[in-house]
Amino acid sequence: MSRIVNTLRSLSGLLFSVSLTLLGLIAVTFFIGRVVPIDPVLAVVGDRASADIVEQMRVEMGLHLPLYQQFWDYLGQVLRGDFGNSVLTANPVSEDIRRLFPATLELATAATLIGVVLGVPMGVAAAVWRGRWPDHVIRVVGLVGYSVPVFWLALVGLFVFYAQLDLVPGPGRIDIYFEETVPFVSGVILLDSLLAGNREVFWNALSHLLLPASILGYFALAYIARTTRGFMIEQLGEEYIVTARAKGMSPARVVWGHALGNIRVQLITVIALAYAGLLEGSVLTETVFSWPGLGRYITSSLLNADMNAVLGGTLVVGVVFVGVNLLTDLLYRFLDPRVR
Amino acid sequence: MTRLAARLLLVCAGISLVFSAFPATSRAATPDDVLVMAKRIDDIISLDPAQVFEFTGAEVIANIYDRLVTFDVNDASRLEGGAAQSWKISPDGKTYRFTMRPDMRFASGNPVTADDAAWSLQRVIRLGLSPAFILAQFGLTAENVEKRIRAEDAMTLVIELERAYAPSFLLYCLTAGVGSVLDRELVLAHEKDGDLGHEWLKQASAGSGPFSLIRWRANQYVILEGDSGYWRGAPAMHRVILQHIAEPATQRLMLEKGDIDVARDLSPDQVGGLAGLSDMRILHAPKGTLMYLGLNQKNPILAHPKVRKAFKLLVDYRGIGDNILRGRGRVHQAIIPKGLFGALTETPYRFNPERARKLLREAGYESGFAVTMDASHGSIITEVAQALQSDFAAVGIEAEIIPGDEKQVLTKYRARNHDIFIGEWGVDYQDPHSNADAYASNPDNSDDARFRTLAWRNAWAIPRLSELTASAILMRDQDERAELYNEIQRRVLAVSPFVVMFQSVDLIVERSYVSGLVWGPSFDSNFYRGAVKRPHSREK
Repeated sequence: MSRIVNTLRSLSGLLFSVSLTLLGLIAVTFFIGRVVPIDPVLAVVGDRASADIVEQMRVEMGLHLPLYQQFWDYLGQVLRGDFGNSVLTANPVSEDIRRLFPATLELATAATLIGVVLGVPMGVAAAVWRGRWPDHVIRVVGLVGYSVPVFWLALVGLFVFYAQLDLVPGPGRIDIYFEETVPFVSGVILLDSLLAGNREVFWNALSHLLLPASILGYFALAYIARTTRGFMIEQLGEEYIVTARAKGMSPARVVWGHALGNIRVQLITVIALAYAGLLEGSVLTETVFSWPGLGRYITSSLLNADMNAVLGGTLVVGVVFVGVNLLTDLLYRFLDPRVR
Repeated sequence: MTRLAARLLLVCAGISLVFSAFPATSRAATPDDVLVMAKRIDDIISLDPAQVFEFTGAEVIANIYDRLVTFDVNDASRLEGGAAQSWKISPDGKTYRFTMRPDMRFASGNPVTADDAAWSLQRVIRLGLSPAFILAQFGLTAENVEKRIRAEDAMTLVIELERAYAPSFLLYCLTAGVGSVLDRELVLAHEKDGDLGHEWLKQASAGSGPFSLIRWRANQYVILEGDSGYWRGAPAMHRVILQHIAEPATQRLMLEKGDIDVARDLSPDQVGGLAGLSDMRILHAPKGTLMYLGLNQKNPILAHPKVRKAFKLLVDYRGIGDNILRGRGRVHQAIIPKGLFGALTETPYRFNPERARKLLREAGYESGFAVTMDASHGSIITEVAQALQSDFAAVGIEAEIIPGDEKQVLTKYRARNHDIFIGEWGVDYQDPHSNADAYASNPDNSDDARFRTLAWRNAWAIPRLSELTASAILMRDQDERAELYNEIQRRVLAVSPFVVMFQSVDLIVERSYVSGLVWGPSFDSNFYRGAVKRPHSREK
């Protein structure tokens, strides 16, 4: 009985802190949006509108009301699931996000997969051969990954693999002639094209995903490999490892079974953070690859003072971040006996 | 350990194998009946002709809708019939009677009638969005528009105005996007809450032009489809696609690879790298946008006539043109850009720091002064501003550049809080009044004035010049009218707080297998209908 009460209590506590976080996020974004020295009416009616139109729009947008009332009205709107309309796209913000977020999700997931599949073994290898050539090679690879700006890597990647070697197609999620040929179901083109049974589009989309996902994946890989290496070195110096080795256990089992097993919780935190970071949408990569994702959406909205879109987008990023963190927390419960 | 190394190697080999397995599926040139253009299209906010006021949107609707009146793209001083075949003006100059072109059809199959035309014009006034003023300036209001603009019969459209305006003034205004003829029946079928179909039409098309809109996706693409029944002849292209590629370097790569046929936003550097290639064609299309300095007359130093004049002599027009703009602009100093009738092409000012220094001495600023200069960052404007800064410094004027986002800079400019504004201004419609009204009219210089022209933004009080500008729209003889605009431009050139420097030129690079695209003198006279791709002879 008391266990149920405890679970409920921790659950409500969790809900409370999550909603407080999101409320804070809305408030901060909202007020920043009102403080920036850009007239939001300008974004809607343009530079040439007459004074009458400007005034009319100001009233229509509720900008003549006191700030706290504007915020209160907006909050009510959001709670009803209405983020308002975007000026830039002429669509409801929720519809835009519904369409753009899957693009970011697709890219971020592929990049994280690449980062994990390559980054973890590389980190392990570097730790195992610490100070020897594999370690040096991996550290240099990592150093390049997290010190070179990712958009520059993206441009160079395009130049080498697209322009020179002709290995991958150019920017965009699919070839432009395939646009509007697959019905929108999930928004993840790889999935939608399979659902529609259109293999041509599937392969086209996959080939378009390869380069941007590899570039972002490299970025994630560098981060993951570096932290994995650090964690592993620490573990490999522990006494239980020495014991295991002394007992004659195979080196592979010591490394992969014992040491890696013990850093899985830390590792998941790192991976989750990297994933959440990528899910925000990496603006520059999305720009270079003309990838219609969330990062580009929020940035271009911000530059145009399209505050409904900025607020809606930021809130979604916030929810995603909190969501990924919650998921990680849940995973801990399975992986870490001490939390159970 | 060596087993581990072997496994790692295997993984790496596997990945490179996956990489090399792809080329077979990745390469494809653009199809022969599809034209793909890379362009920044993030300025589009609507494709409803009653709202469109942005460069890309204006270009797109010019290819979707027929306008009542058009002009010759090679000589903009010649008006031509569009959806209206001809027109007659009553002797008192107040009533215009347009005869519609017979046998025209909308993409929906509905016939184009005077009724559609009348309703489309009324709709612009009734919606009252950004470009509505182009028609509203003829005294049209939501209350009187149905009386003043009406269909006499299916083929005759009548526009009755309060005053006898210069005929060219009204006709040129009808060549703007607001003069588009909409398919009344189709639009009204999508009306919601009395919005005259506005919400729907933002992302749809209902025109009689050569193309229909398949889809506009903000920041992604605009896809147009050719209409086989178009009255001037069907477009050769089945589809024309504007693909949003924000990064100019990427545009160039895609152009070289043949993934796009036309690149619209290349920098002079990138264009330079393509010069001399036989498979590329580099085009220069002058547009009606001027780059200028606005000197705020609220600043007592900048209000001194000799200081104003000095600034006009402190711009190294040729140097900036050759070294910074490099093909993206040409020297133009009057307020009406070349390509409009009445434009003045004289360029009396040369870079002359000695004379400027003398003027400053006479004004009492021998040792110079400090000012700020607002410039939107990340654009060519910043580079020009920096060049000006060093030229100004040579005579002791210390100009601090305040970079900002474009909208931020505009907000400040509109509030008259700047010292010097550097930026661009494009004509709204192909009549000289568009710019004369902006630069040479300021009927009320008070802070809460209703008409906030560029002259107002720079607090330039000019009651007499404003009257002169207002009188020019009533001058019925077109030659006399042109002469009056020359006069206005000379005055502005001599005494204004505006330093007009350059007229913008669009740099366009086409693959040489493309031909027939029209790059007209304004941003809404770029036409896709004649575009042809020479098939089978492609390099790749």
